[in-house]
Amino acid sequence: MYARALTWWTILRIALAERLVYRGDFALGTMMRFLPIITQIFLWYAVFQARGKEQLNGFTYRDFVAYFLLTMVARAFSSMPGLASGIAGQIRSGEIKKFLIQPIDLLGFLLLGRVAHKLAYYAVAVVPFALVFFLCRDFFPGWPSLTAWSAGILSLILCFLLGYYLEACMGLVGFWWLEISSLLFVYMLFSFFLSGHMFPLDMLPEPWHTLVALTPLQFLAYFPAAVLLGKIQGWNLVIGLAAEAGWVVFFIVLSRVLFHYGTRRYSAYGG
Amino acid sequence: MSVPPVVPSVPYLSVFLTFARNSLVRDMTFRINFLIECVSSVTWTAMNLGFYLLIFHHTNQIGADTGWGKWEFFAFLATTMLVNSLVQAFFMPNCEDVSELIRTGGLDFALLKPIDTQFLISLEKIDWSSFANFAAGLALLVVSLVRMTARAANPLDLTPTSVALYVFYVLCGVAILYSLMISLAATSIWLGQNRSLYDFWFYITNFSRYPMEIYDGRWGRPLRWTFTYLIPVLIVVNVPAQIIAQPIGHDSTTVWPLAFFALFATAGSLAASRWVFQAALRNYRSASS
Repeated sequence: MYARALTWWTILRIALAERLVYRGDFALGTMMRFLPIITQIFLWYAVFQARGKEQLNGFTYRDFVAYFLLTMVARAFSSMPGLASGIAGQIRSGEIKKFLIQPIDLLGFLLLGRVAHKLAYYAVAVVPFALVFFLCRDFFPGWPSLTAWSAGILSLILCFLLGYYLEACMGLVGFWWLEISSLLFVYMLFSFFLSGHMFPLDMLPEPWHTLVALTPLQFLAYFPAAVLLGKIQGWNLVIGLAAEAGWVVFFIVLSRVLFHYGTRRYSAYGG
Repeated sequence: MSVPPVVPSVPYLSVFLTFARNSLVRDMTFRINFLIECVSSVTWTAMNLGFYLLIFHHTNQIGADTGWGKWEFFAFLATTMLVNSLVQAFFMPNCEDVSELIRTGGLDFALLKPIDTQFLISLEKIDWSSFANFAAGLALLVVSLVRMTARAANPLDLTPTSVALYVFYVLCGVAILYSLMISLAATSIWLGQNRSLYDFWFYITNFSRYPMEIYDGRWGRPLRWTFTYLIPVLIVVNVPAQIIAQPIGHDSTTVWPLAFFALFATAGSLAASRWVFQAALRNYRSASS
């Protein structure tokens, strides 16, 4: 048991050290990522000006700005750059063999790598994030309530796990397809528009609103941001968190199933 | 006695046509891949269109009293698609490669050829699949213009002059974006490598995709000023779109001076990028050869 814990701790430490090498690039990259929001904010400001009304489906202009900033936090948890393509690439090149031979679980190993990546990322990104949030403090309705805080943090942790296992499942499809770039494109397309980082999903008219709420995509950006903003409360909050946890469990099980059957199929391509 | 250097006259047009044909042959070799690329870029655009439909579900114009109603804005969006698809078809695949050419030393071969280096490395490849988006943009433009000319209240008066000016200013827009792109690509000669070129490009052109009127107020005005006069990306789409969709404009005092300025901006950008490119070339130290 101790030896096992030590192995995982070593993996985490190596991954952390690896990530912190590029901290300067991280900090700059994080600041740059706020740039596209600026145009979004101006665009919605123009929409509010033209409407001449205070509210848009329960969102004021201030809520919009706060919402966009909070989706940045949510996406910092849920985005997994290169995970799916990395897994598929390892399957194609045959590199995945090392996980089949060594007593290390692929999904666990990669998960720790991502945890380390995220920890290193937040350690550096907290500075630009704090700066931007401080500059924009007037747009927020105040600190979230204790319930919103705890539910928000829980939903962020779940959103990290959801992002990880969802992408991992797509990567594991590589056992069957080898090349998954078209699948990834479709996923990126839908998650770009329907995870809620272009607009709060409450803006969608019916039946689209209900349809999008049935997908797991909303938990990647919209849900944590809306919770932290105090837009989702009471039973809706409980149901939302339960649904998010349900999706996480679903993708954990799916990834195990895919891995199990995938390795049965696997015929060691490459050298 | 000094011998004047022999400068062979290069038939640039036929070289360009050869490039175009070669690229088409390459694209047609992988026909399914080509089709998938066409479909995926058009799908992306369609999703974008959905986003703006959503916006116009909640409002009838963008910005108070700016004149950018639904169809005016869709003509604007179509203009963005036309300009971007032209840039993507002709220049994007080449400028993306510049960094790699420098890192590997492949630029040596381009320098040796008896042809203008900037011409060669800017136009060598043509991405034919980008014309799918061009066609989509054209269709959207036609639909928007028909809707605007046919409506009962305040119909649009489309004249041959405005169409000709539109085409001219779309080309100006392409020239401005090309200048920006080749300048960014040339910086990799100094930096050795510039992998974030595409990111930087995306962040800057992001500002050009909306009517300039939305950049207003304490923060918006300086932004508008910067991206109109310093880095003229706001002119790229705004000028042709205003000419075609709002020829008289909501504020006719601004359209034509801006169109006049756009001429200088285009000429200036082209000249500046030429200068940057040549200055960068003088600093080129052939790598790994």
